[in-house]
Amino acid sequence: MARELTDHTAHELAVLLTDGTVSAREVTDAHLERIATFDGVDTSSGVWHRDDNTGSNDTAIHAFLHVLADAARDTADEIDAKRARGETLPAFAGVPVAIKDVLTWPGSPTTCGSRMLANWNPPYQATVVTRLIDAGLIPLGTTNMDEFAMGSSTENSAFGPTRNPFDVACVPGGSSGGSAAAVAARFAPFSVGTDTGGSIRQPAAFTGIVGTKPTYGTVSRYGLVAFASSLDQAGPFARTVADTAALHDIMRGHDPRDSTSITQAAPAFPAATTDLSGVTIGVISELVTDGFSPDVLARFNDTCQALSSRGATLIDVSLPHAPYGLAAYYLIAPSEASSNLARFDGVRYGLRVDADTAEEMNAHTRSEGFGTEVKRRIMIGTHALSSGYYDAYYLQASKVRTLIARDFSNAFTHVDALLSPTTPSTAFRFGEKTADPIAMYLSDVATVPASLAGIPAMSLPIGIGDDGMPVGVQIMAPLLRDDVLYRVAYAIEQTPLIPTGPRAVAEVNA
Amino acid sequence: MSLPEEDVRHVARLARLFVTDDEVALFAPQLNAILGYAEQVAEVAADDVEPMVHPFAPADVARDDIPSPSLSRDAILAGAPAVEQMRFAVPRIVAEEG
Repeated sequence: MARELTDHTAHELAVLLTDGTVSAREVTDAHLERIATFDGVDTSSGVWHRDDNTGSNDTAIHAFLHVLADAARDTADEIDAKRARGETLPAFAGVPVAIKDVLTWPGSPTTCGSRMLANWNPPYQATVVTRLIDAGLIPLGTTNMDEFAMGSSTENSAFGPTRNPFDVACVPGGSSGGSAAAVAARFAPFSVGTDTGGSIRQPAAFTGIVGTKPTYGTVSRYGLVAFASSLDQAGPFARTVADTAALHDIMRGHDPRDSTSITQAAPAFPAATTDLSGVTIGVISELVTDGFSPDVLARFNDTCQALSSRGATLIDVSLPHAPYGLAAYYLIAPSEASSNLARFDGVRYGLRVDADTAEEMNAHTRSEGFGTEVKRRIMIGTHALSSGYYDAYYLQASKVRTLIARDFSNAFTHVDALLSPTTPSTAFRFGEKTADPIAMYLSDVATVPASLAGIPAMSLPIGIGDDGMPVGVQIMAPLLRDDVLYRVAYAIEQTPLIPTGPRAVAEVNA
Repeated sequence: MSLPEEDVRHVARLARLFVTDDEVALFAPQLNAILGYAEQVAEVAADDVEPMVHPFAPADVARDDIPSPSLSRDAILAGAPAVEQMRFAVPRIVAEEG
């Protein structure tokens, strides 16, 4: 069977676009057509919005919340016209991208998966979105997510969940589940997510694609609607390591509009290599335990062997405070969330539920606008920061955070990179963990430590579990050494570990 | 340490959330379970450890003092639920004198 345009990587599309084999318009139309067929979206014209629970009984993926078909086609036509005039264009000009609905993009509502912002059109543009557009990428639309990025399954979206392209009975992970599913289902070769405690890495693992959480401070948070400001970081998804590195490179860089954006230069990303001679990789003992399912551990051990065969030295490393990461995270992140989400008061933007007094208006607006998980986290955070509890909860958690960061620093004096499974299990089924918040939180047990330390981390596919669902490995590197992630990832990718790529959505729907 | 339903109502009030009795019944055990899990941080000896609030210790950040355009008032107010006389409109905050 001939390869469709939607089967190509971003690098392959860039070659075809540059040499004139295909136009940006053809590439855009091919992806919009696939979205129309498999995502339950009308892409024939204009702007399309997903309503509450649209198509909850069908088998469409539901990766997108908004598709701006006309704008995408117009942007593609402009790029084709520039190319026809002989203008020099950026390397990936004409390649489509999907954007998590948490980054402001005037022209599309930015809802954060919440009823609170269902009709909010942002008046300003996120720096990350500006960088995508400046690179000539074609934003197709915005993707579904757990409300305000709080969740690990997209089941917390106010607009219905996203389905996993591997098996539509399973969750795609979260909170960036829409962006991950969009790339896995070949709706776009590139997508952007955000990661606070694992919200890029966990869905990448669940959908069999690559996703990176960059070093904190290296990608601008301007226009990223805040969940936990000291942890939030936008990052790339793609189906190959090279594509992920390319999108990451487009996104990163200092931004004077973000006071947490750092000015330190980071090394350039490496060319693809499979030689890991002289590279030492640590396996985190605390994150390779019997809390992880046997098939995940089996694929992980295969990966360790593959790395050894590429010349890497593997050693066991202990991060003694890593087991406390999840507990610290579920105090720190809700505390920051309770403060950040105080801005949703029915006054300046978003929903308002009318009432006689301002205080009643605030409380009723927030109760109707926020979903259950967001309310839970706001309450945990409010309690953890309240008088009499602050020292035992928020302050103690912040001290544990110091010790976790110190564990990583100590480890990186011996090793170039660290390794663990990305998640304790493969993608779970809808409803499996919704009644038990802690069971859901445990999906993040391996990803949270790197988030607390601020270090870069990525997930990439390493094969299929016993249930036929993808398994991911997590690579972690020292602060600002995102380049090391890609060096190790190239070596893993070039090892034939993955029996099949993401099953075609067509096959699932047939 | 557990959070009785009465405290759940108190926390909801602090957080400006209106909660129904059903929600209190749902949230009380869940919040207790989450806090119970999170209390593991108490096992870590950390008395002499500085808290970490940020992966990089940022110095005060000030950009160069160069005027640049800001958003227009119309663009800001376009997203507001209620506007009067070019201002955000809210319900009465101070009660009328008897």
